[in-house]
Amino acid sequence: MKSLANIWRNLPLKAKVGVGLLGFFILAAIIGPMVQPYDPSAQTPLTMSAPSAQHWFGTTQEGQDILSQVLTGIRLTLELAFAVGVIVTVVSVLVGVTSAFLGGIWDDVLSLITNVFLVLPPLPLLIVLLGYLSQQGQTPTIIVLSLLGWPWGARVIRAQTLAIRGRDFIDASRETGEKSWRIILFELIPNEISLIAASFVNTVLYAIGASVALAFVGLTNVNSWSLGTILFWAQTDSALQSAAWWWFVPAGLAVALIGTSLVLLNSGLDELGSPRLRATRGTAKVAGHRIWPTDPTPVLAVLQADRGRFGSFLYSFSRRSMLEGNAAGGDL
Amino acid sequence: MTYLLRRLAFYLVAAFVAITLNFFIPRAVPGNPAEIILSKYPDLTAQAYKALEQMIGGAVGTGSLWSQYLHYWNNVFHFNFGVDLANYPTPVSQIIDQAIPWTLILVGTATVIAFLVGTGLGILAGWRHGGWLDRSLPVWMFFQAAPYFFIALVLVDFFAIEHHWLPVGQGFNGEVTSPGWTWGFISNALEHSILPAFTIVLTSVAGWMLQMRNVMITTISEDYVIAAQAKGLSKGRTIFTYAARNALLPQLQGFGLALGFVVSGALIMEIVFSYPGIGYLLLEAVQNKDFPLMQAIFLVITFAVLVANLVVDLIIVFFDPRARTREAA
Repeated sequence: MKSLANIWRNLPLKAKVGVGLLGFFILAAIIGPMVQPYDPSAQTPLTMSAPSAQHWFGTTQEGQDILSQVLTGIRLTLELAFAVGVIVTVVSVLVGVTSAFLGGIWDDVLSLITNVFLVLPPLPLLIVLLGYLSQQGQTPTIIVLSLLGWPWGARVIRAQTLAIRGRDFIDASRETGEKSWRIILFELIPNEISLIAASFVNTVLYAIGASVALAFVGLTNVNSWSLGTILFWAQTDSALQSAAWWWFVPAGLAVALIGTSLVLLNSGLDELGSPRLRATRGTAKVAGHRIWPTDPTPVLAVLQADRGRFGSFLYSFSRRSMLEGNAAGGDL
Repeated sequence: MTYLLRRLAFYLVAAFVAITLNFFIPRAVPGNPAEIILSKYPDLTAQAYKALEQMIGGAVGTGSLWSQYLHYWNNVFHFNFGVDLANYPTPVSQIIDQAIPWTLILVGTATVIAFLVGTGLGILAGWRHGGWLDRSLPVWMFFQAAPYFFIALVLVDFFAIEHHWLPVGQGFNGEVTSPGWTWGFISNALEHSILPAFTIVLTSVAGWMLQMRNVMITTISEDYVIAAQAKGLSKGRTIFTYAARNALLPQLQGFGLALGFVVSGALIMEIVFSYPGIGYLLLEAVQNKDFPLMQAIFLVITFAVLVANLVVDLIIVFFDPRARTREAA
């Protein structure tokens, strides 16, 4: 537990906000369908009503409760996104590691396939693939999104594997007679875990964006409630023209916030890996004069020694504090 | 030169894969697309049905798969994508010809604007690292993370429906003007393009900005930038001719890779605004099960993306001498 708490403390603020926001939506996805006040498909005579005490998010043209739809929708959308995330991450690790580890002709062929799929525009291909299917819905969408989603991760993981493969500890374990699969599983993958996590987060982001877009244009089972189908019906029943903003704002905002949380999480993880990207807010103002990181001012360290209570709180977010923590045998 | 040749070979392979996918997908999916079409368009002539089978395969075998494949290639080389089913018997290529200029002009302009604005903001944010512009990044990222069409709907609601400042959708107002090189038509079309273009710029600026900022930050701590500062060069000169110029290369490479996504965003844009371009056409084709049109549009979009990538490669080679000797990806 202590190490978990340490990881949390060392996360950049961005990542913390991202984790919090995402946690909120995951919670909503888990308990949402249990606490939803109405059946999301149930039609009532109260049509197109603005948000009220009975219907917090208002109702649709058929008198369906939008809050209940959004709660169900969050679950369906997150389910789809995480399923795609898991499948795609597994495939991209398999392809990326195989490609870099085997090398030679295997690498050439796998890299070529990866690069070709990277350069083909994804959404038109998705639309065409789904267009041929006679039935659309959750499972076809998951399959199609997974089919087209893996090249990004595979490319990054291949590059990282190539870099790690030449390191001494891999050579050492090969010298001691370790089998290839053991080296990959216990030496290589643990060293790429942050990259794999980032690629997972990216994939989930891609899956949410693409699935909502596909649902919005009607390429899914429009009778099940996902965040995309809510927006589809809002568009089809011209919620916009009748100024029913409450119909599309909650679902759209939910997608936007989930997306933002993933972007924040990812750029936070990125900064954890390369501290240079972090904004050093605590050091920005010295004696009323703003100092930018490029300005060569070695006196900064002296000036920083005396920080107030609030100052040291802010400072704890800065890059320098982490470096100091490390130098003093810290726990990063 | 070898670099460019290798890139060219790569794009040819990609084009080959796209055409092959286009041939095999309708034959591989469960169910029979040709029969779906026959049930949807019952008064199709026997000749049209035969042509259709050549494009997407069918129940009645028209030769082996291999001969069908060769025939398909022959058709592609002659830009013969069959006749459109929804607007029978207009050739598919003619319908696409009408839609392309709309997409090309609007999306092209908007993408270039977004690239320039985003890169500019990224340079400033990276230079003033930790400054207010840098700290405003999460706001920009929100616009990028939000689904494109949601932002578009909100803007349409505000600018077009509440205030009537701009038109709701379509490429031009058919009651007022008709297509042609007249001032009335051009101004009308321009007015209709403001909102779609603005939504594309707003949602794609963040990506360029973030990448440029990140590269800028690593670039400005290079020795040569510090040396430029130490020499006492003006700030503008240090930023633009020393730091930004070198930070721009990864940005250009990103531009090539992002093109596919730019096209995707544009598809959704056209659907939201009922804009008479390729994206809207694709949606109509999918909804009408108009498979010949669908196939042709996919190929057109893919080829456009491949050509644009090739152009980006040319630009990179022009700017970066290292690329000329580097191995092709």
